[in-house]
Amino acid sequence: MKQDQTVRAGTAEPSDPPAAERAEQAAGTNEAAPLVAGADVNPSRIDQTAAEGGETPAPGAEQREGDGASEKARQTVTPEKQSDSSKQADAPKGGDESGSAAEGATAGAAAKNEAGVKAADSADADKEAKRKAAAEARAARAAAKAKADGDGGESAQPKPPSPNQPLLDRLVDILKREVGEDAVESAWINPIGDIPTVSLRAERLVDCARVLRDHPELQLNYLRNVAGVDMETHMEVVYHLISLNNKINYSIKVKTDREHPSVPSVSEVWSTANWNEREIYDLLGIDFPGHPDLRRILMPDDWVGYPLRKDYVPADPEV
Amino acid sequence: MAIRTEELLLNVGPQHPSTHGVLRVVVKLDGEVITEATPVIGYLHRGTEKLAENLNYTQIIPYTDRMDYVSAMTNNYVLCHTVEKMMGIEVPERAEFLRLIVMELQRIASHQVWWGTYLLDIGSLSPFLYAFRDREIIINLFNELCGARLTYNYMRVGGVKWDAPEGWIDKVKDFVKYMKGRLEVYDRLVTGNEIFLARVKGVGKYDAQTAIDYGLSGANLRCTGVAWDLRKTQPYSLYDRFEFDVATAEEGDCWARYKVRLEEIRQSLRILEQALEQFPPEGEIMGKVPRVVRPPEGEYYAAIESPRGEIGCYIVSKGKAEPYRLKFRRPSFVNLQVLPKLLVGETMTNLVTILGSIDIVLGEVDC
Amino acid sequence: MGGMFSGPLTWQNAIVWILASVVLLFLVLGFVTYAIYFERKILGWAQARHGPNRVGPFGLLQTVADVAKVLMKEDIMPKNADRALFILAPFLAFVPAFTVLATIPFTGWAYFADLNVGLLYYVALSSITTLGILLGGWASNNKYALLGGMRSAAQMISYEIPLVISVVGVVLLSGSLNMSKIVDGQEGWFWNWNIVPQFLGFVVFMIAAFAELNRTPFDLPEAESELVAGYFVEYSGFRWAMYMLTEYVYMFAIAALTTVLFLGGWHAPAPFLEFIPGIVWFLLKFAFVVFFIIWTRATLPRMRVDQLMGFGWKVLLPLALANVFLTAVWLEIFN
Repeated sequence: MKQDQTVRAGTAEPSDPPAAERAEQAAGTNEAAPLVAGADVNPSRIDQTAAEGGETPAPGAEQREGDGASEKARQTVTPEKQSDSSKQADAPKGGDESGSAAEGATAGAAAKNEAGVKAADSADADKEAKRKAAAEARAARAAAKAKADGDGGESAQPKPPSPNQPLLDRLVDILKREVGEDAVESAWINPIGDIPTVSLRAERLVDCARVLRDHPELQLNYLRNVAGVDMETHMEVVYHLISLNNKINYSIKVKTDREHPSVPSVSEVWSTANWNEREIYDLLGIDFPGHPDLRRILMPDDWVGYPLRKDYVPADPEV
Repeated sequence: MAIRTEELLLNVGPQHPSTHGVLRVVVKLDGEVITEATPVIGYLHRGTEKLAENLNYTQIIPYTDRMDYVSAMTNNYVLCHTVEKMMGIEVPERAEFLRLIVMELQRIASHQVWWGTYLLDIGSLSPFLYAFRDREIIINLFNELCGARLTYNYMRVGGVKWDAPEGWIDKVKDFVKYMKGRLEVYDRLVTGNEIFLARVKGVGKYDAQTAIDYGLSGANLRCTGVAWDLRKTQPYSLYDRFEFDVATAEEGDCWARYKVRLEEIRQSLRILEQALEQFPPEGEIMGKVPRVVRPPEGEYYAAIESPRGEIGCYIVSKGKAEPYRLKFRRPSFVNLQVLPKLLVGETMTNLVTILGSIDIVLGEVDC
Repeated sequence: MGGMFSGPLTWQNAIVWILASVVLLFLVLGFVTYAIYFERKILGWAQARHGPNRVGPFGLLQTVADVAKVLMKEDIMPKNADRALFILAPFLAFVPAFTVLATIPFTGWAYFADLNVGLLYYVALSSITTLGILLGGWASNNKYALLGGMRSAAQMISYEIPLVISVVGVVLLSGSLNMSKIVDGQEGWFWNWNIVPQFLGFVVFMIAAFAELNRTPFDLPEAESELVAGYFVEYSGFRWAMYMLTEYVYMFAIAALTTVLFLGGWHAPAPFLEFIPGIVWFLLKFAFVVFFIIWTRATLPRMRVDQLMGFGWKVLLPLALANVFLTAVWLEIFN
């Protein structure tokens, strides 16, 4: 099928090798529609074709009919023609088919191209339509999935903004103003539980922590939980904070790389963090500069390795 | 001739009758006065969090029982609750009532263990037996309900595993009445005793600011006057339907913690009365849960009020049947941090008194 | 019987005296066996359980089984312990506890030595027990044992003084240190017993006695939950049994002393009941005192060491002195 298309396209546009190429490619991409990446290409191409198709339905139809005989001729063209089509500078212009095709060529290379494409595709107009519909559906699913993954922003169906969005904005505002513009790397609302979450830069963490604890609007005096997570590309430390006065929950994340993970210690700001950070150091190997007494807490003192890491292999195979 | 004095380095534990498990406290003594104390933990570390990364959520539930083994129902609940919140599963009413009833019964049982062992540490032999005799009734109730006395594996994501057998609710009602009378006996035997009061008043005192800074929770926080009880401030389950008070005390010492815990037993009995009255006579015990429990990609931290404080569960899920990262926030682990601060300047006898009043369970400290 | 012991020191007399002491020793051991049994039973009943009831009928042979077990155990001595003192300490603690029984009159005729300074002899000898405990703690080469020994020494010394002074009131009333004379002074109705005029002295004496015996609420030296048995933590086998024996023999001695000094000895509560042999009355009162000691153990928590010392010096001692003063004043006025 693909071969036919290419051959047809190749012989239909003898005088326009680039167009022929493009036609080939168009035919090719029409075939290769399933990929999401191609989704962008396809609709525009299809649209263009449709637009051009609107202009030249008759020639296309005519060509179709006219090409009925030439189809056989094209079909008999050997495959080498297919590969040589790009080299064809001057395809044989002889023949009614070429002439009719050449007519379209005078309208413009693009139009000719489109006509050629249309000519190529018109034989399978319904197939093309099905493919178009399938591609559109895939595009829509992909867009919906991208939206559902929490991107927010551009989407076909907008979600209602979280009631805690103003809290998040205020938090980012305060941190940016008190600590610095670069303190907050990103901010979002965790859809489960509507928790405002910010990701902070590691160098600014201790200053941010002080602001979080002392700022009169936030008063996040209670550190509920500190957890370390080994995402295979990087490591994270997550802090869950709450204000005993306002009863509002916040989450703070700090990302650090996996080779030499290091997050400044907040144990001066909240003493709760002391043993929690020791546990994270013990099990994940994240260093906490500024911690008063960073040593292993759960594993034996002479243990080698960090057990909770995803790539942990016990040094002693019998363990 | 000048007298040469040396600091004595004493190891309390890990095998010791009063450390409530395998806890080691390395103590530097100057005579009988402690100058420095360092807890050493990890003797009971079993790698629950690492194991959880290879198990699906229903398989993790028995592991949660064994963390805080004195209060296993609340551990079950925190895991199921977190997963249910992530998946948006609704638990049927009868199941939620059963969960609440067993959690409150568990709170009473846990406080009974604490009361008995605390008084044993202080030197009084009999209250231990009384507390355990009363706790035996609760344990038998649990045995009837789910087949186990200590590690229940009772809750599931979306509900509970077993329904209350015939007559069980009436037995719980009888127990509530009985326990109210027993609290009077406990008070008569211990609470007014001069020797006991002399042992606990003014010992291990700290203020609210320290408690908040160290992230203490449960009775350790409420003994300083901060009325923070997750059942009231971040309600979960059906607690917002029932009337009960948050037990607080002002002094911040061992006596205050003692009072708070006994008051908590009273309030639990109050909640139980109301819950038993409103118990739905019939209903489902399991909600609509997919066959394979697969929380969507994302993360969530949920915490509830266990007898020891705030127990929390932080799950990072990548959409699979196993959690990507499961972390338990254990109250005993966080509460134990404050011990070195409290022990400086105290005598050895007070070490036992203070450690007992913080109420730790080593299974939870080490996870 | 008194006459039996006041003859010249001949071989024949010596053998008789030694045999009599051995008889007393066996009686005391018999008491200890059943005191331990009853302690466990009474503690059990107070704690809603049975206590021993398997070995022998009603568990009566439990202590015999326990003693047999203990005697079969390996005698472990810590490597760096001070050998001589380690071996000596338990005996040093036991011997005074037993020898004080020499002056106690069980009935009008059943006594060993009728010393005119019987009470003084008693008090003097009982202080040596402290030495045995202190040495045991030291010789064990163990920090816990040392702490226990130190605590015990401090406690016993502190409470010796109120103990002795509380008895002075009784001496003033009786006009003699001779135990038999003290008992004779309590003849007649029960309100003649010294507990009635000397109630304050009795209370001080009982509290100080608990401290002397190292029993709850003053059992710090043996605080199981803190020091894991304190001064005898390193002892095992027969030596440990010796310490246990000391405790109960001393309890026997103190209970006997209380009966003699405050509860009227072998006299009946009313004259018309005098037909019942004195030994029965003595044993009844004696049993009640022992029961009271065990009952307290089942009920009360333990006092902290600094509170205990403060209590002994700041409360008991002034009370004991006040008692002596009041007794003296009363005697002066009413003679």
